[in-house]
Amino acid sequence: MTKPDARGSSAIHRMPAGIKLLALAVAGSAVVLVGDWRVMLACLALALLLYPAAGLTFRDAARQLRPLLWMLVILFAAQAWFESFALAALVVLRIAALVALAALVTLTTPMAAMIAVVERVVSPFRRLGVDPEKVGLAFALALRFIPVIAAQAGEIREAQRARGLDRNLVALALPLIVRTLRTADAVADAVEARSFDADAAGERVARLKMKVDRSSE
Amino acid sequence: MSEARTSTRDVVFIALFAALTAALALFPPLQVPLLGVPVTAQSMGPMLAGAILGARRGALSMLLVVALVAIGLPILSGGRGGLGVFFGPTVGFLVGWLPAAYVTGLLHEKGWRSLSLVSSFAYCAIGGILVLYAVGIPLMILNTGLAPAKAFAATGVFVPGDLIKAAITAVVAVAVKRSYPLIDRPRARIG
Repeated sequence: MTKPDARGSSAIHRMPAGIKLLALAVAGSAVVLVGDWRVMLACLALALLLYPAAGLTFRDAARQLRPLLWMLVILFAAQAWFESFALAALVVLRIAALVALAALVTLTTPMAAMIAVVERVVSPFRRLGVDPEKVGLAFALALRFIPVIAAQAGEIREAQRARGLDRNLVALALPLIVRTLRTADAVADAVEARSFDADAAGERVARLKMKVDRSSE
Repeated sequence: MSEARTSTRDVVFIALFAALTAALALFPPLQVPLLGVPVTAQSMGPMLAGAILGARRGALSMLLVVALVAIGLPILSGGRGGLGVFFGPTVGFLVGWLPAAYVTGLLHEKGWRSLSLVSSFAYCAIGGILVLYAVGIPLMILNTGLAPAKAFAATGVFVPGDLIKAAITAVVAVAVKRSYPLIDRPRARIG
């Protein structure tokens, strides 16, 4: 459930997260223009060569591509059978190259840097009513509660297994949802008690400040 | 992510349903002998979020899941995650969670008063299957160049499993409506 350590000292590690994401977006659009599978093979080779350049191994790259393997094999077979070898190779190599490249960005960029990019990207939308602080709170809460809810899910499974209900999906889902809702209520109470509520709290603070300013006049 | 009418409480529900959807990846896929394909619990996430939180909060919680995947968390079933997912053939079945949760939620809001097992099941099937596949299949065709008929055949095998998930979500949604209604809670327009 945790992400491998993204710290490192290579040039790719040190590159700003925003630049890496932009480069990935450009690469993603550019490969669509490649129509020859041999050129695409070179693109894949290039993406894979970036792994040692970032201080990673080819095994790291293989680990990123493995979940896709069966799908790519089926896709290749289907395309080669019904269309042509050239098209099959082009499509499969394109997916592999982009997935390898995107995974490299993920592997070399700390999560905090990614969240910082998200906050920077959403901040111009403040005028449309998007509150970057609430976005940050949502990320922080989700990161905090994934292991908590996962642990609760595990407990519920153990308990239902004891009752012979571990194959009954309703008996697994319903208690998990109810627990999640209870947790959410408790967390919301706690967050509001610390008066995070941005609108309400902000207004209160602003009013208070005005009073203070006036009294000092 | 949050307009002015998203309260802090809403943010908490959005975040915790995103976390719940991530946690659903940990349930091992159920092998249903007659179906031949594994049924994963995770795609219940958008149906549950829509049916319990409603359209807006449900869709926002799925947006958060997509963002968490993008920043590199391996929270999709099979331990997938990271930006690579967005270039894979099945990306539409991830980003499709947003409209799936939205439509599921919207239908539950409209039919909230008279919500029954049957109507909730129908809403989940429309949002969580019809809408999801309507996003997933075209993106798969675009991404892989597969002929549409092949793409339909490749994804069709998952429909029976998804129908089971819609049924489970309906049971949960009706039970939660009785004990923990969130959609109907009068929204304070003042605050």
